[in-house]
Amino acid sequence: MIQARIGKRFAPGPESAGFELNVELRVAAGVTVLFGASGSGKTLTLDCIAGFVTPDSGRILLDDEILYDAAAQVNLRPQRRNCGYVFQNYALFPHMTLRENLAFAAERKPRLERHRRVSEMLEKFQLGGVSGRRPHEVSGGEKQRCSIARALIGEPKLLLLDEPARGLDAPLRTGLYATLRQVRAEFNVPILLVTHDLDECFELAGEMLVLREGRVAQRGEPKDVLSQPANVEVARLLGVANLFQAEIAALDPGKNTSRLKLDDFELIGPYYPGRFLRDRVWLCIRAEDLRAQAPNGAKPEGVNRVPVKLLRVSERPQAVRLEFSRDITVEAPRAEFERLKDNEEWLVEFPPQSIRIL
Amino acid sequence: MSIDWFPLWLSLRVAGFATAISLAISLPLAFLLASRDWRGRDLLDAVTTLPLVLPPTVLGYYLLVVIGRDSAFGRLYEWAFGSPLVFTWQAATLAALVHSTPLLIKFTRAAFESIDPSFERAARNLGASEWKVFWRITVPLARRSIFAAAALSFARSLGDFGITIMIAGNIPGRTQTIAVAIYDAVESGKGSLARALVLAISVVAIAILYLTNWLERRQPAG
Repeated sequence: MIQARIGKRFAPGPESAGFELNVELRVAAGVTVLFGASGSGKTLTLDCIAGFVTPDSGRILLDDEILYDAAAQVNLRPQRRNCGYVFQNYALFPHMTLRENLAFAAERKPRLERHRRVSEMLEKFQLGGVSGRRPHEVSGGEKQRCSIARALIGEPKLLLLDEPARGLDAPLRTGLYATLRQVRAEFNVPILLVTHDLDECFELAGEMLVLREGRVAQRGEPKDVLSQPANVEVARLLGVANLFQAEIAALDPGKNTSRLKLDDFELIGPYYPGRFLRDRVWLCIRAEDLRAQAPNGAKPEGVNRVPVKLLRVSERPQAVRLEFSRDITVEAPRAEFERLKDNEEWLVEFPPQSIRIL
Repeated sequence: MSIDWFPLWLSLRVAGFATAISLAISLPLAFLLASRDWRGRDLLDAVTTLPLVLPPTVLGYYLLVVIGRDSAFGRLYEWAFGSPLVFTWQAATLAALVHSTPLLIKFTRAAFESIDPSFERAARNLGASEWKVFWRITVPLARRSIFAAAALSFARSLGDFGITIMIAGNIPGRTQTIAVAIYDAVESGKGSLARALVLAISVVAIAILYLTNWLERRQPAG
């Protein structure tokens, strides 16, 4: 398990704004994802743990070994930190074969064991057939597996991965996820993975830390984080399309309802414990939770139905994204959109239970 | 008229020794200069660049002061080898060394700096000592650029005139390198000898530049 508190400050330069990293994290068994936009300090955090960058303050503890302690002036060299690191570009040594890459990493082991270990890892990561080739002679998936195998061969106490899926096409991504699931199952090593891809969090992570401007903005299971972002910035990072400023106009714990006043319409939501009347809040609802409908004559504006104009339609792999007036975005299943697409006027329905406030 | 090719052979030999010694000096210095900021790096950079900008006669003068027969080093050398260092082909080698090393340091430093730092980081992360990182990762990855730089450094060693004339002199058949011999031939009106030597050194230089380009082009993609 790794426990870290890392502070690092970069003074603003002539061409760069200053940056301050100030994170606290605990990574136990399983996969933990560091999620954040570019420049949020994700890779810097990994580099501090691996010892490539020296923090200004804090303490990094891996199991019961101190890797870094500002107060006690302990700062282990990267060589002694026992953290496997998978680089974004894999960093396989181009002048060595895959087998030599693994052997390089196993050199601290006794000779006999070294050989056995290399062969075992080649086998485990399906690299047996290409072990005599150099990195530029093998496929992307093989490079990827080799870099993970190389990071694991020294039996690290922690595995760090820096955006391993960046720039990969869909089949390679699938392969990577399979490999990482295999690592999670077969190697008893906590994994800390950096990404800005939300799918990756859901695919792999037991826990995710949302990093924003050098701080942990939220932590939790991916599905909990997604369903209840801690604040509007996190919601934006998570790609929540609909964020509106609202005022709580009524709260009724008895009926478990509330009334929310937006700029020019009102919505009924569930009761929000701990909130007060007249509170200014951010209302947040995911595009796939909204429903676009055709008005069917009788009652144009029922509960939580807002009349809107369709401004733009864009295709998504699984759905159709509809951008309406009032800054409302809806993701509708394609079949449903096909049925409605000749429609002139539109209503968007806000299901009360899906309305979150931040 | 038969042409005395001794100056060409002497120059090639001097340049060969100078390049070998220069490589041994440049690799560690360039690695130090290419690695992270440390105190004194700028000073080391300035000191190793100085020979590039000082007039060769000034360098020659400094060297005369350092290795002359009255200097501490000169006496030590004479005691160890039984003869003085100045005005020998070894002194010419020293001249070529001083002339070419700053350039070789610059080139090898650039070669080291052009390596993606993640390779060295990966090696450290895998437990490799700095020594092992240098010999097993940095140098092999930069080897083509280092060969090319050594070839250029060899070519530059062939061309020194100023320092050589100051500390090795112009002794035909002993310390007269090709650059000095050409000057001597022109001075004493031996036009055909000058032309032959000029042509020879030009051919060697072009061959070396061609080799350098060929080495750089063969830089592998991965």
